[in-house]
Amino acid sequence: MLEIISLTLFVSGVALIIATIIGVPLGAVLALRQVMFKKIITLIIYTGMGLPPVVVGLAVYIFLSREGALGWLGWLFTPSAMITAQVIIALPIVIGLTTSAVENVNPELRLQIRSLGATPNQVMWTILSEARAGVVAAIVAAFGGIISEVGAVMLVGGNIEGSTRVLTTAIVLETRKGDFGLALALGGVLLTLTLVTNFFLLRLNKR
Amino acid sequence: MKRLFGLMIATVLLAACATPAPVPAPVPPPQKLRLATTTSTADSGLLDFILPDFQNKFNAKVDVIAVGTGQAIELGVKGDVDVVLVHARAQEDKFVADGNGLNRLDVMYNDFVLVGAKEDPAKVKDMTAAKDAFTAIFKASATFVSRGDNSGTHSKEKSVWAAAQITPGKEMSGYLSIGQGMGETLLFANEKKAYTLADRGTWLSQKSKLPNLIVVVGGETINDNKDKTLLNPYGVIPVNPAKHPGVNFDLATKFANWITSAETQKKIGEYGKDKFGQALFYPSTSK
Repeated sequence: MLEIISLTLFVSGVALIIATIIGVPLGAVLALRQVMFKKIITLIIYTGMGLPPVVVGLAVYIFLSREGALGWLGWLFTPSAMITAQVIIALPIVIGLTTSAVENVNPELRLQIRSLGATPNQVMWTILSEARAGVVAAIVAAFGGIISEVGAVMLVGGNIEGSTRVLTTAIVLETRKGDFGLALALGGVLLTLTLVTNFFLLRLNKR
Repeated sequence: MKRLFGLMIATVLLAACATPAPVPAPVPPPQKLRLATTTSTADSGLLDFILPDFQNKFNAKVDVIAVGTGQAIELGVKGDVDVVLVHARAQEDKFVADGNGLNRLDVMYNDFVLVGAKEDPAKVKDMTAAKDAFTAIFKASATFVSRGDNSGTHSKEKSVWAAAQITPGKEMSGYLSIGQGMGETLLFANEKKAYTLADRGTWLSQKSKLPNLIVVVGGETINDNKDKTLLNPYGVIPVNPAKHPGVNFDLATKFANWITSAETQKKIGEYGKDKFGQALFYPSTSK
């Protein structure tokens, strides 16, 4: 049980950190800089936010399987494969919501900072901190998306007991075994976990 | 009332777009039969092959809920289905003994095979008894994938381990319990080049997608299977109406009698011969 909970937190936590490190700066750049094909890129990212996790899982599975292009990594049915899939699911959510949060910051502010002699990077960080609430919401949404996701982690993780079994796949398994009580209890644990994590994430909002 | 109104609107709309057609003779709406069964009967295509006949004969519509045997039986215990068709004799007997089901009937059987990678790291190919092969796999610390989902196949696997006097689990490093269906488990074994126990029906229907695997114990057909403990009987059990007044016991009994009738039994024995060169299931009455 503890093993399942810690693996769930580990996989989704690492995936979230990677998606945040990549996604937040990308989202800010997309909002602040002159980017070519901005509309098309935004369209692709918004579509990515609706990407069915099981399709992501399928694609990752194909790449990581023995015959796949990345088969030599030996990642299939390991936590690494699960993290890979979850990063792909979380990235568009982080980028898309960060972009819209940054775009909503008063444009006058940007001019002001720039007129005070800030470098483009300094401008980006100041605006990002101004858009903090929206960025935190982006991270929270991404976390909710990946920790509750079952299709992709089942496919690429394989639900191996003591190795790649997480809360959602355990819930599917217990339901299939007919142990509805335990399945429901695991659902409660998952919900509690999300609640506690979100509590800490929201504290980032305060200075 | 609301539904009736909706139906009327739908009828008017349909009548408006369709070209005038003769009014069909009024047929009473089909009765619904909820059947909980194992993934093996559904995934193998057997039910799609035999069910239309039942639906026509009894003006019924069968809702198939294909899950693991554990969940199928639990659906019966809760009265969420009218009849169960499963393969795990011990669990079935308990289901009847607890008063949840009535009149269990033998329907058909097939057998289990032990499949593994062509390289056969534990050197078990052509062993006669599954339990000896399991012992060899254990001793070689080879990788073994378990369904781990209380399904009929999982129950059989546990009984073979018990016969070999081995308790698989954490102390056996190569033992992977993945809690998934037969199809997924076979794909997993193919990727990992691992051993697994499979019902022959699913194995035959998936074989073409499993290039790394071969049958190591159980032979190419059921007649070559020298280990009689690997036989896999299926039973049909209507849910007890005394316990769950909501179930359609009448139709469930008709279903049980129909699936064990000579005509349906013959069809069961024929299914898969053209596609796989051998039957996937053997009718119980032909024994």
